[in-house]
Amino acid sequence: MKLECVPTVSELGSISILGQITNISAALKEGQVTPTELCQRCLALIRSTQFLNAYITVAEETALKQAEESEKRYRRGQPLGELDGIPIAVKDNFNTAGIETTCASNMLKGYISPYNATVVQKLLDGGAVLLGKTNLDEFAMGSGSTDGVFGPVRNPWSYSRQYKEKIVPRSDSEPENSNWVITGGSSGGSAAAVSAFTCFAALGSDTGGSTRNPAAHCGVVGLKPTYGLISRHGLIPLVNSMDVPGILTRCVDDAAVVLGSLAGHDPKDSTTVQDIFQPFALPSLTDVSKLSIGIPKEYHAPGLSSEILAVWSKAADLFKNAGAKVVEVSLPHTHYSIVCYHVLCTAEVASNMARFDGLEYGHRSDMNKSTESMYAATRREGFSDVVRGRILSGNYFLLKQNYEDYFVKAQKVRRLIANDFVKVFGSGVDILLTPTTLSDAVPYVEFIKEDNRTRSTQDDILTQAANMAGLPAVNVPTALSGRGLPIGLQFIGRSFQEKQLLTVAKWFEKQVQFPMIQLEEVKKHDNGVLQHQKSASFS
Amino acid sequence: MAARGCGGVWCRVLQRGPGGSCSASRPRRAVACNARGGAVPLGQSGLAPWAAVVGLEIHAQITSNSKLFSGSQVQFAAPPNSLVSFFDASLPGTLPVLNRRCVEATVMTGLALNCTINKKSLFDRKHYFYADLPAGYQITQQRVPIAVNGSLSYSLCKDNKMSQMVTKTVRIKQIQLEQDSGKSLHDDARSQTLIDLNRAEGQLRVDANISVHHPGEPYGVRTEVKNINSIRFLAKAVDYEIQRQIKELENGGTVLNETRAFDSKLGCTVPMRDKEGKQDYRFMPEPNLPPLILYDAKSLPANVNHQQVVNIDWIHERLPDLPSVKRAKLVELYGILPEHSFTLVNEDGLMDFFEDVVKQTQMKPKKVIGWILSDLLSHLKQHSLTAKESPISSFLLADLLNLLENGDISSSAAKQVFEELWKGEGKTPLEIVKEKQLELIQDQEELEQICQAVIDEREKEVMAIKGGNEKVINKLIGLVRKATRGRANPLLVKQILEKKLSE
Repeated sequence: MKLECVPTVSELGSISILGQITNISAALKEGQVTPTELCQRCLALIRSTQFLNAYITVAEETALKQAEESEKRYRRGQPLGELDGIPIAVKDNFNTAGIETTCASNMLKGYISPYNATVVQKLLDGGAVLLGKTNLDEFAMGSGSTDGVFGPVRNPWSYSRQYKEKIVPRSDSEPENSNWVITGGSSGGSAAAVSAFTCFAALGSDTGGSTRNPAAHCGVVGLKPTYGLISRHGLIPLVNSMDVPGILTRCVDDAAVVLGSLAGHDPKDSTTVQDIFQPFALPSLTDVSKLSIGIPKEYHAPGLSSEILAVWSKAADLFKNAGAKVVEVSLPHTHYSIVCYHVLCTAEVASNMARFDGLEYGHRSDMNKSTESMYAATRREGFSDVVRGRILSGNYFLLKQNYEDYFVKAQKVRRLIANDFVKVFGSGVDILLTPTTLSDAVPYVEFIKEDNRTRSTQDDILTQAANMAGLPAVNVPTALSGRGLPIGLQFIGRSFQEKQLLTVAKWFEKQVQFPMIQLEEVKKHDNGVLQHQKSASFS
Repeated sequence: MAARGCGGVWCRVLQRGPGGSCSASRPRRAVACNARGGAVPLGQSGLAPWAAVVGLEIHAQITSNSKLFSGSQVQFAAPPNSLVSFFDASLPGTLPVLNRRCVEATVMTGLALNCTINKKSLFDRKHYFYADLPAGYQITQQRVPIAVNGSLSYSLCKDNKMSQMVTKTVRIKQIQLEQDSGKSLHDDARSQTLIDLNRAEGQLRVDANISVHHPGEPYGVRTEVKNINSIRFLAKAVDYEIQRQIKELENGGTVLNETRAFDSKLGCTVPMRDKEGKQDYRFMPEPNLPPLILYDAKSLPANVNHQQVVNIDWIHERLPDLPSVKRAKLVELYGILPEHSFTLVNEDGLMDFFEDVVKQTQMKPKKVIGWILSDLLSHLKQHSLTAKESPISSFLLADLLNLLENGDISSSAAKQVFEELWKGEGKTPLEIVKEKQLELIQDQEELEQICQAVIDEREKEVMAIKGGNEKVINKLIGLVRKATRGRANPLLVKQILEKKLSE
């Protein structure tokens, strides 16, 4: 891949754009850097990493305007909070007023929503600068970020020094191009955007692992909060009963900062909890001896790579050695999660997609023989095979004669899966530690050999149950694989115990010292001192 | 642009003929009453009479300021699509938010109809594609509605005789909240359909499910009749459909489980080919609305924000008098006839009007009711007005009745004044009486002179009376009234005449 040369952005003193939100926020306050400079830097990086295909829409003009407004606030000494002036990106299945919202589908190409999703509004109200909308699998249906109409997202690690050093050309005849690996999905655009330092945080969505999976593959923190903690109003749904807005950041502390600005009851989403949410800063744990870490044996799933298994067990040892209680636990209904998810997901998809009929918004076919034929043609043209396939199965499961056998049964199994967690947490376990993915990211050419359904089925296996049970879970980048690619581990916590979950994650993050991605493009744009340059390897 | 709507309550009402469980104890008869009390002829087989089972699905619009699931307003006759929120338009990413007022209205309806109120009820999605259903599904309460198992007793008069009232009871299966679909306006000339998603048309809609069977046998296959837009047409449609099904079965045919439309011009039902057919609505739970929890005084949690919960007991306490209670109170309090109490309660605002008049007049309620039912109501009906719209206020009518009661005017004069008042020219009854010189002649002497003049002129009649035919005195009274243009008190005139004739 030939990289375009990018003009250098103005000097920013010693401020690194590789830092975390709290540091940048302090630098903004002290005037070491201005929101506009920060925004321009990120926009330049987006341009120079365009080949990643992480963004569907870059809202340069509005972003610069927002940065300007932020700058005025800082000058007045009245910033809105820690996120004021911080460049962020949003997955393209969240509604953004005035900026295209496509869901990476022909159905919504060119669709401009008249309103902001609650989470987007909250970020903007906090002064954040919205750089653009990130790429995904069509309507978030997928685990590779390869199945959207705007093409696949490339994992920034494909271009890292770490990966390039390790990679053996597959064969002389194959171009270098074929080595690039996927980001995972469906929030692959957001994960890549954060991973390539084009933004400080990004919103993803997580229905079966769509935030944690790409976070693991791209070496970033991916938080799926408890169902009901964050408003879904304005998130174009995949599975309403499992969807949660996800948070992708460079470090655990940043995830807590973003969570603090998003969480809380929304009158527009009746499934959000009424309790008042108190934003928190994460303490630095020094003593983990009172912690009980559960290792669910069922997560030793078929297909789990030996490398990941080794990282997982090392992590368990790390806790044990630090004095924590580490116990093997059982979540016996985990095996049924995949098939159960398949029924519930497709049923809700069939229902949620019914509104895309070409009448009011989105794509409309030229077919005008009758309203029915217009519907049919619109939906055939507007949806991909993957989406149509899920709609078809979902409608089948919801038929009167099948409802009891499939949907009702799946709901019962879902309850059993959720009860598994209740029992384990009831037994005194504080946090569960599991792998996030079965393996590190695979090359695109390998990935597309199997169809979307098979891949989603395999890839969601370790993340899905948390959605079934509505529990908070976070991916923490842990180590590099033998191929120089990120491996992440997942922590699953008790409902609404984000603070405890992230506190443990933060402790773990500090222990493992995950190496920073070394990208040529990023170096060019960073005038600061590269931190963590010595990649303290965990494995 | 289309929109999503205000919702309504609808309830399933089941009416049943003498079929089902009660038929066993019933002697066989040549005719059986159907649900509506009409007669169904004996089947040609002569074995058993037919019984009809009728279930009604009644859709009623809730009076609320905003829609069932969105904050947009509800307003009658608003310009098309002017009251449409993003949710109403089913824009991607929007979510339903349940309107508390609609829940309260449903609970109140449930209590009024003697239902069991479910402390926990659920919402479902009902799917079908139609242009005026922008989400592709309707949010309803299919599985666990707010209220179930109620009943409504009502009385009707036999053979149109008010004195022969019979009381019947219908069972209420359930009362549920349901989002309204939009309105399609078909423009055949330009072959296009326009959609209005305001959906606040203040309407009542009824679908009827009808089947016939022989008592003791399982129910027959039912048809659903739609497109019924008045109570009168409902009766016609049900009657027609029962007869159609019986004829069909007796001719060896079968009844199809289908949706039919009532054609009000032809007075018959015809199969619907449009959106209905046999649909699988693919019901599923609405995932964006948590179960609706209702509380009572016992279960109400402490420290709860009262704006966020619905308390059944609280609504129960605020339930207004139901019609049956109102009627009983009227009969007891005012001594009026039971059948009159029905009219007072059934006519919009008439009971309040009556009570207001009673409060302001010395006339006995029993006499007031005559003026209300025969004079006021007939005038109102003629002009299609409700009591509230009456040009004669309760105050003016009471004023008029007081003049009558005090003997200031005769009842025929009172009728004249009533006609004048109806014109609504702003005159008081007294002004009209003065203007038209309708007051009774109070001067005894003047009256005696007039009576004497009549006696002097009518020798023949006087002779007849003196000869024993006392009835003839009425003729003399009439003549006095004529002479006084109705301003003489007939009782007083009679007294004077009798006195003079006996002299």
